Amino acid sequence: MTISRRNFLKAAGTAGGVLLAGGANPARGAAPQTSAGGVEFNGMLIDTTKCIGCRACEEACNEANHLPKPIVSFDSESVFEKTRDTTTGAFTVVNRFPNPKDPDKPIFVRKQCMHCNQPACASACLCRAMEKTREAAVIYHKDRCMGCRYCMVACPFDIPRFEYNSPTPFVWKCIFCNDRQKRGEQPACSEACPTGATLFGKKRDLLEIAKTRLYTEPDKYVHKIYGEHEVGGTGWLYLMGVPEEKLGLKTNLPTTPYPELTSGFLYTVPLVFVLWPSLLIGLNYLIKESKESKETEETEEKEASHGNPE
Amino acid sequence: MAIRSDVMAAGGAPTFAQVAGETVRFILSELKPKGKMLTPFNVITGVIVLAGLVMIVIRFAYGLGAVSNLSQNYPWGIWIGFDVVTGVAFAGGAYVLCFVVHILKFKKFEPIVRVTVLNGFLAYVFYAGALLLDLGRPWNVINPIIGNAFGLSSVLFLVAWHFLLYMICEFLEFSPVVAEWLNWPKARRILMGLSTGAVIFGITLSTLHQSGLGALFLLAPTKIHPLWYSHNIPVMFFVSSIFAGLSMVMIESFFTQKAFKDRIGHELHAAHDSILLGLGKGAVGALFAYIFIKLIDFVHYKQWVHLNTPMGYWYLFEIVGFVVLPTALFLQAIRTRNPKLVQFTAFLTAAGVILNRLNVSVIAFKWYETVRYYPSWMEIWVTLTIISMELWVFRWVINRMPVFVETHEVVEGQPAEDADVITWKASDS
Repeated sequence: MTISRRNFLKAAGTAGGVLLAGGANPARGAAPQTSAGGVEFNGMLIDTTKCIGCRACEEACNEANHLPKPIVSFDSESVFEKTRDTTTGAFTVVNRFPNPKDPDKPIFVRKQCMHCNQPACASACLCRAMEKTREAAVIYHKDRCMGCRYCMVACPFDIPRFEYNSPTPFVWKCIFCNDRQKRGEQPACSEACPTGATLFGKKRDLLEIAKTRLYTEPDKYVHKIYGEHEVGGTGWLYLMGVPEEKLGLKTNLPTTPYPELTSGFLYTVPLVFVLWPSLLIGLNYLIKESKESKETEETEEKEASHGNPE
Repeated sequence: MAIRSDVMAAGGAPTFAQVAGETVRFILSELKPKGKMLTPFNVITGVIVLAGLVMIVIRFAYGLGAVSNLSQNYPWGIWIGFDVVTGVAFAGGAYVLCFVVHILKFKKFEPIVRVTVLNGFLAYVFYAGALLLDLGRPWNVINPIIGNAFGLSSVLFLVAWHFLLYMICEFLEFSPVVAEWLNWPKARRILMGLSTGAVIFGITLSTLHQSGLGALFLLAPTKIHPLWYSHNIPVMFFVSSIFAGLSMVMIESFFTQKAFKDRIGHELHAAHDSILLGLGKGAVGALFAYIFIKLIDFVHYKQWVHLNTPMGYWYLFEIVGFVVLPTALFLQAIRTRNPKLVQFTAFLTAAGVILNRLNVSVIAFKWYETVRYYPSWMEIWVTLTIISMELWVFRWVINRMPVFVETHEVVEGQPAEDADVITWKASDS
C-alpha cells in the first residue's frame, strides 16, 4: 500500500500547524531525509498496531527474491509459537508478542533490514559489497564480497546472514526490493500488505504520517517513532502500541550514526602517516649525530691522553 | 656452496646461468630436513598438521559451518579473535625492537633484532594468513587491493592494506639475512640500504594497524560489554601490543635458548640476562601507560556500576591478575635483577594479552546471548596446525640462516661454506 497524495494531505490537515512546525524545524542533529545527491530517501512505515500477522509480506518477499519455499507454509500460524529470526532464505519474518493492554489481541512485529541512513555494514565493508543507494536501499554486491562478515559484527540490528554451509557463501538480507524500486514499483511486501501496516513512501512524508498518528491517537501509541533517531535514523520506521523492549526491537542503540564511531580513528590515519615518519627520521638523525659526535670526542680524548706522556 | 667456490677458484667469472643454477641447487639442498626426524616435537606437530590439513580441506569443500561453531549471532570466532587479533599483537615485538635499535640506537638489543623480525614476519604470514581460512570467499581478498572496490570508510580496509605493506616491510628488514644465507653480498648491500626506510615505514604501519585491529570493534558499541567497549580501544590495542610484543620476545628467547643452543652467538649468550632485564623495563613502561588508560576509561565510562556482576569479576580477573600483577612482578624482577622472574612474568603478561583480545572479540562480545559461542575442537585444532607450521618454518630458518649472529661484512669472493663460517666471522670482527 502506497500513500496517495490526498490521504497524505488529509492526514496532514488534521495535525495542523503543530505537525508543520515539527516538520520544518527538525530537532538538532536529526537524521537527514535526503541522500548526498539531494535525492529524497524512500522509506517504509511499519505500524505494529495495524499488523494482523497474515505473513503476506513474508510470502511476497519470498517470491520477489526467488527464495526457497519454506517447510511450514505461509498460511500456518504454528510459526508464531517461538520468536523467529531472519535467515539466508527469509529476509523478513513476522513475530508474535503478547499484548499487555489486551491479551486477546497479540501484537505482530516484522523484522528485516532497517536500511539505515548511514549504514554500519556499508562503512564496515572493505570492498564496498554493502552499499547504500541514493534512493535508500542498502544493497549487496555478491561479486565484490570476500565473506569476512565484518558487516555482521557491525550491524546494530543483527541483520546480515551468512551461508555457513556453502563453499562459496554469500551474505543475504533484505535489499528493499531495489530492482522493483528502480522500475518505479513499490517493494513486494508493502504491495502485499492488506492492512497498510507496511507503508511505502518518501521517508519525509512517512515521518509526518507517523507523527500525525501519534498526535491524533496519543492513547493508542507509545509516543515515539522507532528508527527516527536510532543509529542516526533508519529508512524503516516503526510505530508501536507498547514500548519497543516488549516487541523484540533493540533497545540500547545510540543515536550516533555508526560511521562516526570509526571516522575519528580514520581521520588520524593520514596524520600519523605524515607525522610518524618525519618524527622517526628526525629522531634517527639526531641520535646518529649525537652518537657520532660522542665517539669522535672520545677518540679525541683518547688521542689526547695518549699524547700526554710524550 | 662448493661448486661456486670451484668456479671462483678456476678464475673464470661465473655466468648468470651458473649462479642461478647454483643458487637453486643450494636452496634445494637446504630444504632437506636436518637432524633427527622422529623427535617428540616432530611427531606431535606432524600429527597435528596432517589432521589439521584434512580439516582445512573439509572447510573449503563444505563451508565454514562444517568445522566451526560460528553462527549468525557470532560471526567471528577464535580464528579471528585468537589467530589474527592476538597473533598480530604478539608480532608487535618486531616494530618495538626496530624502533629501539634502529632509531634510538640502543645497541644492547641488536643481537635479538633479527630473530624478532623473523618472528614478526612469520606471525604475519601465518596468523594474518589464517584469515584466508576464515574468509568465506578468500579468492576475493584481492578486491580491496586491486582497486575495483575500495571501501575507504572501512577500518578493515586499512588493516588489510597495512598487513600487506607491513609484511613487505618486515621481509625487507629480514632480507639481508636471506642475502647472507645465499651469499649474495651485492644484494645484501642494496637491501641493507633499504632497511632504514623499511623500519620507519614499518613502525608507522604497525602503529596504525595495531590500533586499527582495536578500531574494528568500535562499530559494535552495543555488542561488546561496557567494561571492554571504549572509544579508546585503538589506543589500548596499540599500547598493549608493545608489552604483548616484548613479552613474546622474552618467551621466544626462553625457548630458543634451549632449542637452538648451538646456533646462538657468543654475544647474545653473554648479554642474554641483561637484554631480558631491558625488555622487562620496556614492558613495564607500556604496562603503566596501559593501566593509566584503563583507569581513565573506568572513571569516564563510570564502569564501576558493572563491577559487581559476573562479567565484572571476569574483568577484575583480567586487569588485576594479568595487568597489575605482571607490572608488580616486573618491577620486583628489575629491582632484584632477576631475569628468571622477568621471563616468568612475560608468560603471565602474554596470557593477559590473549585474555584481553579474546574478551574484546569473543567472550565479552554479545555476552547477553543465551546461546553463546565457544570454539569447536576443529577450530582449536586448526589453530594448533597454524602454530605448528609456523614453528616448523621458524626452526628451518634458524637452523640455516644467520639469524642469531650479526655479520658485519661478507667479503666478496670469499663465499662462506655455511653459517658456521659466518658465525666465526662475526665473532672475529
